[in-house]
Amino acid sequence: MTFILLPFIEMFYASLRPLDHLFRSPYQFYSDDLSFWAYQEMWNTVPMLGRYIFNSFFLASCVAILTLIFVIPAAYAYARFKFPAKNTSLYILLAINMFSGAVILIPLYKLLRTLGLLNSYQSMIIPGVAFLIPTAIWLLKSYFEKIPIDLEEAAFVDGASRVQILRHIIAPLSTPGLVVVGIYAFIGAYAQQFLFAITFNQKKEYMPIPTGLYEFIGYQSVKWNEMMAAALVGMLPVLLLFVFLQKYIVEGLTAGAVKN
Amino acid sequence: MNQKLKSYTAQTYIAYALIAPAALYIILIVAWPLLETIRLSFTNSSLAGEDYVGLENYQKMFSSKKFNGIVTRTFVWMFFSVSLKLIIGLIGAVLLNANLKGRSIFRVLVMPPWVVPIAIGMLGWLWLYNGYFGIIAGVGMRTGILDGPFGFLAYKQSAFISTIIADVWVGTPMVTVFFLAAMQGVPRDLYEAAYCDGASRWDRFFKITLPQITPVIITMSLLSAIWTFNSFEIIWILTEGGPRGSTTTLIIDTYKQALGNYKFGRGAARAVVVMILLMLFAGFYLALLARINKKISHE
Repeated sequence: MTFILLPFIEMFYASLRPLDHLFRSPYQFYSDDLSFWAYQEMWNTVPMLGRYIFNSFFLASCVAILTLIFVIPAAYAYARFKFPAKNTSLYILLAINMFSGAVILIPLYKLLRTLGLLNSYQSMIIPGVAFLIPTAIWLLKSYFEKIPIDLEEAAFVDGASRVQILRHIIAPLSTPGLVVVGIYAFIGAYAQQFLFAITFNQKKEYMPIPTGLYEFIGYQSVKWNEMMAAALVGMLPVLLLFVFLQKYIVEGLTAGAVKN
Repeated sequence: MNQKLKSYTAQTYIAYALIAPAALYIILIVAWPLLETIRLSFTNSSLAGEDYVGLENYQKMFSSKKFNGIVTRTFVWMFFSVSLKLIIGLIGAVLLNANLKGRSIFRVLVMPPWVVPIAIGMLGWLWLYNGYFGIIAGVGMRTGILDGPFGFLAYKQSAFISTIIADVWVGTPMVTVFFLAAMQGVPRDLYEAAYCDGASRWDRFFKITLPQITPVIITMSLLSAIWTFNSFEIIWILTEGGPRGSTTTLIIDTYKQALGNYKFGRGAARAVVVMILLMLFAGFYLALLARINKKISHE
């Protein structure tokens, strides 16, 4: 427990302390003038911080929405239809989850370069979506499976088309599931913003928080209190989302691996 | 019969049509690049162009001592990291499963390292590991364990250990959560029966809990091995594979070769090795999963 939380506590503590207290060796455990000064100063030290935060949100939202668009029909098909190669393809999806993005960086880099998409939002969104699709399909499939099939059959008998069923029956009933999967994709997209971002994007104005802050570590003297303040601000949104929804997300994820 | 067959094929078409967008996307962004990586590994591709060079990349790679060192190092790193995650995760899950006050709060509190963007968490670890001003060096100096400032990431061995610790920090919550879910799935009456028979706490853990969650332990150790093997951000941010290559794992080396020097061909050859190893892991994992599922459905 201490091991897990200590880094966060120390980050928060450091963010409250004046810089000259931090720069004492050996480490001082006590500071008497704690303040939120760093939380104001960081906007000046990292001038693009606001932009980075916006980028992170923007990228994660785009990725989450795109993921849902691709995943909803696919997950529905897996939940409702029988077709050849169904199980095999589901296992292939699981296997894709195990590949790190690092393995396919080279062709992707060349592809994005040919398309002229390097150093753009798209260069981070496109690969991001691909790595969230597999888990999202598995998650959403299990939500769809919980919707009683009788409802659909009744509508089908009444002459509703597949599309109508999807829109009027499945969609409203599966809203909670969609929200959970959407948020899962958002958190996932928010968390994965590093590898693709450092590889495919060098432009400051498109950087998400992790790469934006990482750039600052390279500088001569790191203002650690502000750095920690900025890092905490950067992780806050996903933490909050997660605390509110952890029950559903954890249930969905563990159900897949534990019981199947 | 004919009717049935017809509706079956119609269903199949609809299903394929619904899956097609996601499938095409994955083929274009994941499957094609995987194949292209294999092709590139036989070329000397760079930003300038490419020519086929046969097995040259592989020959060079396998004959270099450095590369063999990297492979060994990757597995040592993985071994320590995965074992620590499993051990700590198991202990954590047992504690969280016990009837303690406020355990629901603790259950939420274990998770942050898993959810928070790894890259941001690592900024915190950079500060903790700071040799002059960091808290770890500070405690060391105050207690006299260290006799002066000590840059944990600046020396070969300590950097190796430090990256493992940070990796364990990131990976343990997930393992804990999965173990916990498995423990809660163990039927209550087993414990009640054991309790009536006067089994001790230890007995109940070793004779009921542990055997019952063994499938999950095995799957988690494989999954965890895969994730650890893929771990990139942690090492990259903390050390970039240094000092003097002491924390360079296969993934880091692949990245450096490919996109640090833009030697796509050499990078691709390394990526292929990574791919083959991952496929072995994935194959193990899926075979295991299929076996466990079969067992469950038979019971």
